[in-house]
This record gives sequence, C-alpha cells and structure tokens, in this order.
Amino acid sequence: MALSKKDVDHIAHLARLHLSDEEKERYRGQLSDILEHVSALNALDTKDVAPMSTVVGEGSRLREDVPGDAMPREDLLRNAPDSDSDQFRVPPVLD
Amino acid sequence: MSQLHELSLSQTLSGLEAGDFSSLELSSAYLKRIQTIDPQLKAFLHVDEDSLLKSAKAADKQRSSASKTKEKAPPLLGLPIAVKDVLALEGMPTTAGSRILEGFVPTYSATTVTRLKEAGAIFLGKTNTDEFAMGSSTENSAYFTTHNPWDFDRVPGGSSGGSAAAVAAALAPVALGTDTGGSVRQPASLCGLTGLKPSYGRSSRYGLIAFGSSLDVVGVLGHSAADLSPIFSIMAGFDPLDATTSSQPVPQINLSEQPKIKGLKIGVPSEYFIDGVNSEVEAAVRTAIQELEQLGAEIIEISLPHTEYALPVYYIIGPAEASANLARFDGVRYGLRVEDDDLIEMFKRTRGEGFGPEVTRRIMIGTYALSAGYYEAYYGKAQKVRTLIRQDFEKAFEQVDVIAGPSTPTTAFRIGQHSDDPLEMYLQDVFTLPANLAGIPGISLPVGFDKKGLTIGMQLFAPHFEEERLLQASHAFQLATDWHARRPEL
Repeated sequence: MALSKKDVDHIAHLARLHLSDEEKERYRGQLSDILEHVSALNALDTKDVAPMSTVVGEGSRLREDVPGDAMPREDLLRNAPDSDSDQFRVPPVLD
Repeated sequence: MSQLHELSLSQTLSGLEAGDFSSLELSSAYLKRIQTIDPQLKAFLHVDEDSLLKSAKAADKQRSSASKTKEKAPPLLGLPIAVKDVLALEGMPTTAGSRILEGFVPTYSATTVTRLKEAGAIFLGKTNTDEFAMGSSTENSAYFTTHNPWDFDRVPGGSSGGSAAAVAAALAPVALGTDTGGSVRQPASLCGLTGLKPSYGRSSRYGLIAFGSSLDVVGVLGHSAADLSPIFSIMAGFDPLDATTSSQPVPQINLSEQPKIKGLKIGVPSEYFIDGVNSEVEAAVRTAIQELEQLGAEIIEISLPHTEYALPVYYIIGPAEASANLARFDGVRYGLRVEDDDLIEMFKRTRGEGFGPEVTRRIMIGTYALSAGYYEAYYGKAQKVRTLIRQDFEKAFEQVDVIAGPSTPTTAFRIGQHSDDPLEMYLQDVFTLPANLAGIPGISLPVGFDKKGLTIGMQLFAPHFEEERLLQASHAFQLATDWHARRPEL
C-alpha cells in the first residue's frame, strides 16, 4: 500500500511531528514498504478469531481508593523546560 | 586467584560475604575497567563514580556492622551492576538513548531497580540503548553506537546492546535490560551471553520508559544461567504500581549441581530452521540440541505454523502502542523543548527535533495503524493474528516442555550494514519476538562461534511463568559445556 504525500502530511500532523519535505518524502517510501510487508496478514482468515486483548489474563485488580504519597511538586518541576511558581508553563492556548 | 572482574556472580557474592574483598575493591576494579575499555567500547551513557564509591563504602560498613551483630546481610550487598538507560534510577540521568530526554533526572526508580537496591546492589551506571529501545544494534542511540567486544567493527545487538557489551567485556558482572521484541536475547546472542526475558507480567514495568506496553518486559544479562537466577528471583514479582504484574509467587531458584533434564521434552520447530538462517548458526544450534539429548532430553519435531506472521504483527502492535506511549514527550514536563509562540507548533518542533528517524518511523506507522478508518484493518487484524501465534505455543506446550531454536538468524553484523533498510534490520528479531507476542519467557545462551570468531546463541522458550524451567535447562547445558565461559580478548 503506497502512501501519498497527503497521507504523510496527515499522519505527521496527528503525531505532532514537524518534518521537512525531504524527511516526508523519505518516510513516505519507507512507511509504504513497511505497510506492504505487514499486508501479509491479509492472507490469513481471521473471521472466527478473537483479538488478543490481554496477556496475563488475571483480570482487573481493584484496590481501595485512598490517597497515597505524591512525589514532591518541586522535584517534578525541576525537570520541566519552563515553569512558573508551582506550575508548568506553556505557550498561550487561547488568544 | 582470578582477578575480581573474572569471577562469576556466585563467586563474587561469596567473596563479598566471606570478606575476601570489599565492595569498594570490587567497584574500583570495575570502574578501572570502565575507564580503560569504555572510551573505545562505548557501552555506558552515564557513570557516576562518586555515587558508586560512596554506595560501595556504605555497603562495606553495613556488612561489617551486620557481621558484628550476627545479622544476615542482604543477598546482593555491595554488588555493582549496570542498568539499561530506559529504566529510571533516582538521581541519575535517564535518557532512553534519546535527545528528547537529554538532562532528565528521574525523581524515582523503576521497581526492578528498587528491589535490587533493597537487596544491596549498587549501580555502576546507565548503559547505551537504541532510542526508546527501538532497534537491534544501538545504532539508533542518539548519542553513539556501542561496539561488540568480540569485534569492534560490529554491533553488540540491541536494543540492550550497552548492557550486553558491558557484561561481555567484564565492565559489569550482570546488567539489567528490557525486551520488547528480543532486546535482551538478541544482544545476548551477539555478545556471547546468557539473557533472560521473563514472562510478561513477571517483572514490573513501573519506571520502565514505555515502548509497547503489552510487550515490554525487564530482563537480565549475565554470563550464565547461574548468574541470572538470583537477580531474576529478586527483581520479579507482583507490584501494586504495575497492574499487569501477576500475583503468582516467584520461585527462589536453586540450580542443582546435577540438574535433572532426563525426559525433558524439547520441541524443535521447523519454522526456526528456514532459508535465511546462517548455516554456521544452524549447525551450532543443532549441535547444542544434540548435547541436550545426550544429557537425557527427548527431542521432538514440532510446528509453530504462524511464525512467519509474527514480524508483521509486531510491526503493527509495537508501533501502535509506541505512538500512544510516546505522546507524553511534548516539551512540557521534562526533557527538550523547542520554543514556538504557538502551542501545537511547539509540540511539533520539539518532537520533530527530539526524536530520531527510527522512533519517528514507528510513531508514524503506529499513528497510521490507529487512525480513523484503518484501525480494524491493521491493529484489529494484528490482535487477531496475535491470538493465533499464542495458540501455536499453547498447542506446542501440550506436547513439549521447552522449545529450542536459534536466537537470531545471523551472528553480529557490521556497524552500518543494515542502517539504510529498516525492514532488513527488523529481520534480526524474527525468532525472538514471537515470545513477546505470546507473553511467554525466553532465554538465549551461547552455543558456539562462527568461523569469524563471532558468538552464536540458542534460544529456549517455556510456558508462561516457567522461567525456572529455562534456567534449569540452560544450567544443565552450561555444566556440560564451556561456551558461556569464553571471553573476548580485550
């Protein structure tokens, strides 16, 4: 399955990736090759096969909803590229 | 007496316990090797000498006070180990081999790391990895490529290539790795080590920087099954911080000096001996299987008919899960930010610059496979075929106790040999990733060399939670052979 330039633009936007035109063209080729490879799965009839949705299969585990110790805010903010008092700082979301 | 870095793990631990040498002497010996060899080998991304020596001194002090009060010291007290850089270690930089996490210092440790630390282990440093564990050679690390200690022109395998090279070159006695599609077993095979990927759900993923959450497992690399057993027993087990860990108890594995593999039924799948498997690899693995037969095992030809579909299934499910997991790297909470006045543009520029080509490729494949209109055709289909692959193993294990085959189709390849063609590189994992899809444990152990002097690995699989069976069978083989005792000349 060959991807178009428009497909690649759309995927890059969904994935929030800024790519140069040259990168987009390179990925278009490589991703098309990979999709071609994975299309081998279409040879299998899976009409009556259930999807594998869990690996261990011990079911969901519930616990009491009680507050635990949180990591100190100042420690976590130390890794942030930009922060202001006790919050992460980002470019304006609304004009 | 051998030099400290030449001792096996059990010799090292008993030497520490008997007071033959201190943790400070042991740690200094490994540090010296790192300083001498690692500038060329490039196994480590980060070594914190001061913190290591401080921990070593503290361990020695703890041991001497324990001996005064006749208390039993923790089992790994003062043992220096290496940790793959996708596992969080509090206070030590953790980059996952990516520019996007440059400078990140976690405020917590992975559960596996914490358990080893509580058992007394101390940390030599963080080892190189393909970026976010995506790769089979360490060539996708944003920092540098690690060399294979057996031939510096070749890759050590990946993604846990830094851990494998460090142990093979005796810069660390054992090292933690992670395995999403073969990232412990393939580098173990390419570096002449024994590498265990436990069952999915056996070792906690808390603090493991997520790649494919239904596939990721923390594993361990060492010279022998005997080296791996105590590390595995300590790090594994239920963790309330990872809801997918199993509550099944983890056995304390005591490897027998006369292991009973008489009557052990070993399945040999025809699908693992196909064109594309190097003839020297096939010959060495077949010889190893005969060795097991001579030790009393029964060899049975089996079939895992959906093996050829494992690679396409993996290259949908792995990227799909990765595209969701890596959404968190957005320049807000940690790591790199490339500034822009617009929030969405800031995300895009940060991620565009921060991720390398292989990670970008997988994010894009995964995003596409999960996007509106394609989900059922790709992800849905892959999850169904994944069921068929798991059923292949379930059926096989009705008939046999373990399954044996080559770990990788070839021995270590040259640096740069596969870097232009992603699909060519993906074939490295063709025999390891079925275990990740099925969730079962796997081990790779050294079984010989090719004519170039490169190591060959054999892989064993067992049913879910039967790691002990893998370790016992490997141990039986290693008592009868000495491939695991060979060391590269450095």
